[in-house]
Amino acid sequence: MTLISLGRRLVVAAFLVLTGTAVPAGAAVFNPDSFTLDNGMKVVVVSNHRAPVVTHMVWYRAGAMDEPPGRTGVAHLLEHLMFKGTEAYPDGVFSQIVARHGGRENAFTSQDYTGYFQSVAADRLELMMELESDRMTNLVFLQEDIDTERQVVLEERRSRIENDPGSRLGEQANAAMYMNHPYRNPVIGWEHEIRALTRDDLMQFYRDWYAPNNAVLVVVGDVTVDQVRPLAEKYYGRIPARELGPRIDWREPPAKAAQLVTLADPQVRQPSWSRRYHAPGYIYGATGHAYALEVLAEILGGGTTSRIYRSLVVEQKIAAGAGAWYNPSSRGPTGFGFYGSPLPGGEIAPIEAAMEAEIRKLLRDGVTADEVERAKARLQAEAVYARDSLRAPAHSLGGGLVIGMTVDDIEAWPERIGAVTVEAVNAAASTVLRNDATVTTMLLPTKEGEGL
Amino acid sequence: MRMLCRAVTRIFVAAAVPAALLATAPASAVTVERVVSPGGIEAWLVRDTMVPLVAIEFSFRGGAALDPEGKAGLADMTSSLLDEGAGELDSQAFQQRLADLAVELRFSAGTDTIRGSFKTLNRNRDEAVELLRDSLTAPRFDVDAVERIRQQIMVVLARRSTDPDQIAERVWWKAVFPDHPYGRPVEGTPQSIAAITVADMRQLLRERFARDQLIVGVVGDITPGELGPLLDRAFGALPATGKPVRLPEATLRAAGQTFVISQDVPQSVVQFGQPGLKRDHPDYYVGYVMNYVLGGGGFSSRLYDEVREKRGLAYSVYSYVSPMDAAAILAGGVSTENSRVGESLAVIRAEWARMRDGGVTAVELEDAKTYLTGSFPLRFTSTDSIARMLVGMQYNDLGIDYIDRRNGYIEAVTREDVARVAGSLLQPDKLTFVVVGNPQGVEATAAAPDIGG
Repeated sequence: MTLISLGRRLVVAAFLVLTGTAVPAGAAVFNPDSFTLDNGMKVVVVSNHRAPVVTHMVWYRAGAMDEPPGRTGVAHLLEHLMFKGTEAYPDGVFSQIVARHGGRENAFTSQDYTGYFQSVAADRLELMMELESDRMTNLVFLQEDIDTERQVVLEERRSRIENDPGSRLGEQANAAMYMNHPYRNPVIGWEHEIRALTRDDLMQFYRDWYAPNNAVLVVVGDVTVDQVRPLAEKYYGRIPARELGPRIDWREPPAKAAQLVTLADPQVRQPSWSRRYHAPGYIYGATGHAYALEVLAEILGGGTTSRIYRSLVVEQKIAAGAGAWYNPSSRGPTGFGFYGSPLPGGEIAPIEAAMEAEIRKLLRDGVTADEVERAKARLQAEAVYARDSLRAPAHSLGGGLVIGMTVDDIEAWPERIGAVTVEAVNAAASTVLRNDATVTTMLLPTKEGEGL
Repeated sequence: MRMLCRAVTRIFVAAAVPAALLATAPASAVTVERVVSPGGIEAWLVRDTMVPLVAIEFSFRGGAALDPEGKAGLADMTSSLLDEGAGELDSQAFQQRLADLAVELRFSAGTDTIRGSFKTLNRNRDEAVELLRDSLTAPRFDVDAVERIRQQIMVVLARRSTDPDQIAERVWWKAVFPDHPYGRPVEGTPQSIAAITVADMRQLLRERFARDQLIVGVVGDITPGELGPLLDRAFGALPATGKPVRLPEATLRAAGQTFVISQDVPQSVVQFGQPGLKRDHPDYYVGYVMNYVLGGGGFSSRLYDEVREKRGLAYSVYSYVSPMDAAAILAGGVSTENSRVGESLAVIRAEWARMRDGGVTAVELEDAKTYLTGSFPLRFTSTDSIARMLVGMQYNDLGIDYIDRRNGYIEAVTREDVARVAGSLLQPDKLTFVVVGNPQGVEATAAAPDIGG
């Protein structure tokens, strides 16, 4: 069972980003069918008849950001417990049944959502729906399971965070980035709060958010919407809609100070630097800039021909790696980031200075029409490649819908990228990159004689 | 979003379809054609018109294990430089051309092969194939690009030198193969990377990048008639023959040893393993099924149940089979809080012994078969994954109808087979353990080999 660390890239762009030739305006991406059950559960179907298999996913609009104060980690621990059992399917038989039928499965938790999926032969779709709909409401919470799984999650935290100085720094930097929004807390939770989570905490989170009217079903593969609809009605449609828990409309106050977060550790052999600016996304803040910011990120940081890589790595020869990223796909506030690491033996200061010079140059001169056209073409080509699997449509549609986008939003992605102008990119850059209330991180080796 | 996936299931070599379980056998949905170009280059093709693109996966026989003494990392570094300028185009121009045409082109070195992955939209196919051809036959190795890639590899090596997972893996391979190239890291060491020259890389190309070492799998919207000339344009300029691959058989050493590398981290990372069965061994599939039950089966294996589900000792625990050209291993890993490492290792040893002494139950065997056969069609969901399978089938000499036959090999495995193979293969006392961290309840039996860094 996995955990999505706080956004690196959006779900759509994670699959729709590489390189390109223009897609005709108006060309859709996945051509899905969608409908809504009477209880409010959204359903999306993408037919793909390459192999006789389907991917079946249920996404809940419930992630770490929905946890009550002092209960960080409850969304993720609950995700683990979802594999333990119900009255009808106790003692971990869920996974046994899926495996016995040749299925692969997993689950993931992010700040914004929790998702469960199985990939399996198409004629096993009904069985997967029976199992998944059963654990939407009938989960059994045995104290013994909770205690064991808590140990597993603590081991997971050690693997992902405690054993890795870069991850420890990232966790601290994230807390600096958000003063008020729960994004300041790690998805996996703080250790002392994971230890303190109770059975009641888990049951309350489950009751608050695991409901059909808070879920999205995505089926991709060798099926048609006419086959999926009656099955979805039979298994998910029988679950009544419920009143959801209290949803807080978290707003982040304006950031007014730049912050520097540094971590020095003997485990670090290679320093690295990053800076994150506050930015709007598809859903939160000045959303009109989101598509232009995606184009900007591609121009600045999209691979080895991007401005930053070319400048810092190829031409100035001061960095081993450098780039930029942007993640518009989140329910809450998001960021636009830059990162770089020096050549062996090099210092961080020249990296920071060169990056700041690139940002100043961008704000002074703007981007060129040629840069914008090439970036747009590359992004749009991703939409074609994204159709060449089951995973990309499932994640793009599920991840988009669950944060509050529509099917039309996702299908119109190439068109909206195509509509981005030079002026829009420059305006977006100005909006985001002129705000100096940034978070800068430095990951450093321990100096000689320290920390021994 | 960056999704962090669990490292539990590493071993999906190939599985097939049980007629009993699945209404439609995917095998029949896939037709593999043998295409030979006018110039004599063979490729296996699966036509798939769903998306207007073509994926070409290819391998050259011979990988990092053939790197000359003192030049470990040569195959890897060469692979990294093939798309850093070729023909008339320098690094930036070549990369820009790839980006503008939306071509995906990647090379990577393994121990036994150097692999290429190429994917293009059909509308750019002709121009894209020129880039593929130039990367294979006319890479420039400009000094700027070479030094940049060298520095980037150095940075990666520096990072890995303190990463407990990387340390555990490198020490394990060095300890088990002290006198064989398999004991050297594919990525090289700072010393060997510093020693690699452009002449070394050009020699590697001459010796390895030849048509008689080449294996090609193609999937996508292309006819055999179109593919033939395309193969000649992509690969026809390569020399007909290369240097034959000669790799001495490797014997695993350090049986029964436990190595401890002290590191100040809260969780110890453990790698363990012993000899396995090679791909052409008559009992290969028996070992494959056995490993699924032991620790290969994702959320349903004995190691997962005993270490994670019952005791909460780890987030990740697994075993896998890895058949290579000159050796085979049955290995695994676990990560556990320092104070409980001894307990984890005891459980793993006990499970090794239980399988050796008792084999699998009828239910376990049936479940393994239905999973391994039923999950096979999941490998047919993208063009590049199918193309990789076509390369693997040719590399391992499995026959063009392998997809139809594969199922039968799994179905044929009996409890008696597993008991026989487990009894002779599994040696809990001969497992080689490497532990990185501050483990309690673990005694080192010998000094760990030096991996530099």
